[in-house]
Amino acid sequence: MADLAPTRIHDPEIDAETGADGTRTVRLVGAWDIRALETRARALGGELARFAARDAWDLTGIERLDHVGALLLWRAWARKRPERLRIAPAQELFFENLAHADSGGRTMLRRSLLDPLAALGRRAIAVGSHLAGIVRLAGQVVLDGAWVITNPSRGPWRELSATLHRAGAQALAITALVGFLIGIVLSYLSAEQLRTFGAGIYVINIVGIGIIRELGPVLAAILVAGRSGSAITAQLGVMRVTEELDALNVMGIPAGVRLILPKVVGLTIAVPLLVVWTSAIALIGAMLAARFELDISFNLFLQTLPVAVPTANLWLGLAKGAVFGALIALTACHFGLRIRPNTESLGAGTTQSVVTAITIVLIVDSLFAVAFSGIGVEIRG
Amino acid sequence: MAERVQGRAVIPPPPAPDQGTSGSAVSRAPRTPERPVIAVKSLWTEFDGHVVHRGIDLEVNAGEILALVGGSGSGKTTLLRQMVGLERPSRGSVEVFGFDLRRAPTAIRAKIRKRWGVLFQEGALYSALPVYDNLALPLRELRAFDEDFIRDLALLKLDMVDIERRHADRMPSELSGGMVKRVALARALVLEPELLFLDEPTAGLDPDRSESFVRLLASLRDRLGLTVVMVTHDLDTLVSLANRVAVLFTGELLTVGTVPEVVGVDHPFIRNFFGGDRGQRALSALGPAALAGN
Repeated sequence: MADLAPTRIHDPEIDAETGADGTRTVRLVGAWDIRALETRARALGGELARFAARDAWDLTGIERLDHVGALLLWRAWARKRPERLRIAPAQELFFENLAHADSGGRTMLRRSLLDPLAALGRRAIAVGSHLAGIVRLAGQVVLDGAWVITNPSRGPWRELSATLHRAGAQALAITALVGFLIGIVLSYLSAEQLRTFGAGIYVINIVGIGIIRELGPVLAAILVAGRSGSAITAQLGVMRVTEELDALNVMGIPAGVRLILPKVVGLTIAVPLLVVWTSAIALIGAMLAARFELDISFNLFLQTLPVAVPTANLWLGLAKGAVFGALIALTACHFGLRIRPNTESLGAGTTQSVVTAITIVLIVDSLFAVAFSGIGVEIRG
Repeated sequence: MAERVQGRAVIPPPPAPDQGTSGSAVSRAPRTPERPVIAVKSLWTEFDGHVVHRGIDLEVNAGEILALVGGSGSGKTTLLRQMVGLERPSRGSVEVFGFDLRRAPTAIRAKIRKRWGVLFQEGALYSALPVYDNLALPLRELRAFDEDFIRDLALLKLDMVDIERRHADRMPSELSGGMVKRVALARALVLEPELLFLDEPTAGLDPDRSESFVRLLASLRDRLGLTVVMVTHDLDTLVSLANRVAVLFTGELLTVGTVPEVVGVDHPFIRNFFGGDRGQRALSALGPAALAGN
């Protein structure tokens, strides 16, 4: 038994003979266990199907039996013991277990034809519950914020600072790179078009308004949603799965104030700052492209920019940044709190969080565009 | 639920005290004349300068239940993980079924892995799969049986650990701790192993459950001839199941023997481990005869 190749165990075999009185005796020999049947289960199952429970069965010649072998016989017997069965006492266990398992009923839950419809309904309900969840979370953040204002000494200042560092300072490099490249591309492409009309100077209006009002805030928000949104979701998700959130709550440390509030406030502060930074770097990129493509000097560009782009655009960009930041944080926290304790949920939840956050950012951005269409776009100079 | 278990012929009552743990090992003696199932030879383990095991020699015989006990951090779980090849010892060797897992050819290793089952401390159920698929997965991997057969087999194993049919569709995250343990045991048994490794099998189970778990394991050993290595802290489990106990203390094997033999060893750790009220209560189940040897 302790050897991989123990004293030769014989292959499972079936001997059948018909007696004088016409009854058939099926004698089984060899090893009828998973190791022997691994390669032969189908063939032997087919052979056994030739016999039936009304034959006489002799299992005493079996050298080794386990549940796999027993199940093979059980199925050949149509799930009941044959009346004439010779069996070693040690073998009884397997058939007892099989009979007991059958007594529990063999049906499992079956899928219904209406499942796709039900899935659609469930999805609609899920969207509604996500929306409600985000609104509830926003309300909770406002209440927590009010509590911190009345108890400033117990505010989550370290956590806030950590969020600003992680979501803000550490995002400077990537937002600068992306902003710079987009600035060059935008300026370069517009220059090509404008030059054909001899209107090259208007590149400043286009990139100025485009970057400060639209691209800066949206780029910064998308990058933050991808970087910090996913991190927040994963962090809260793991904390929820490992019951750390519950541990905080039972210790009387409100998880909302310590974990969610600083993230929402942190991103509301960090994203507008990142917007300014991204827009500035993008404008530098645009300025460079304009210099080489249209011969617009840095001086001329910088002098024309304040005239071409009314200050209202800057405020609008900042306001968008703050709103985007708050929405990204709320979405990320919401999905983090919905992570279920399994490996798939964490991955799916994080993806869902980022995709939803970016979608929300773009939807809100278009709302901004419609609501503020009359502000900051009058052509001057 | 417990009543149902008791009512079943499958699980015999716990052995009467007089035929205690050492007695049943003797009765199986004719079956184990050959090599031990597991042989640990002068095994050393070091983790960045910290020595976990210093020269451990241990053998596990076929058909016995060997319990590994020791204080926390004494390297019980590490030893178990080395036996199943998840961790490598720094020096020495672990042979399972006569093969050193680190040196054996891949084909042999694959064969050996199909002959054992492992119950992890936290169950380690595949969290993305429902209970049923957790059991069906290893069966499907064999590519030997059709889906109908696999279903019968998986549901049979679930029934053996008293998991009801309606729970087969649940996700592991929807199960209670005790159910996770039982499903994990069913999964460990699904390939009909000859050797079973259990890491804290009864930790986190209520006393009632823990007792039926012990009875299930005892019947598997007695009727299937299963060899079991288990790490446990639970004295009741230890006393009612273990044929032999191996005590690890500060990286060394303090003693190996039957429960009465181990209790007879005069050492602070053993006095502490078996000495408390709980220890005395658990030992009293062995009866005075078993302890007379002290």
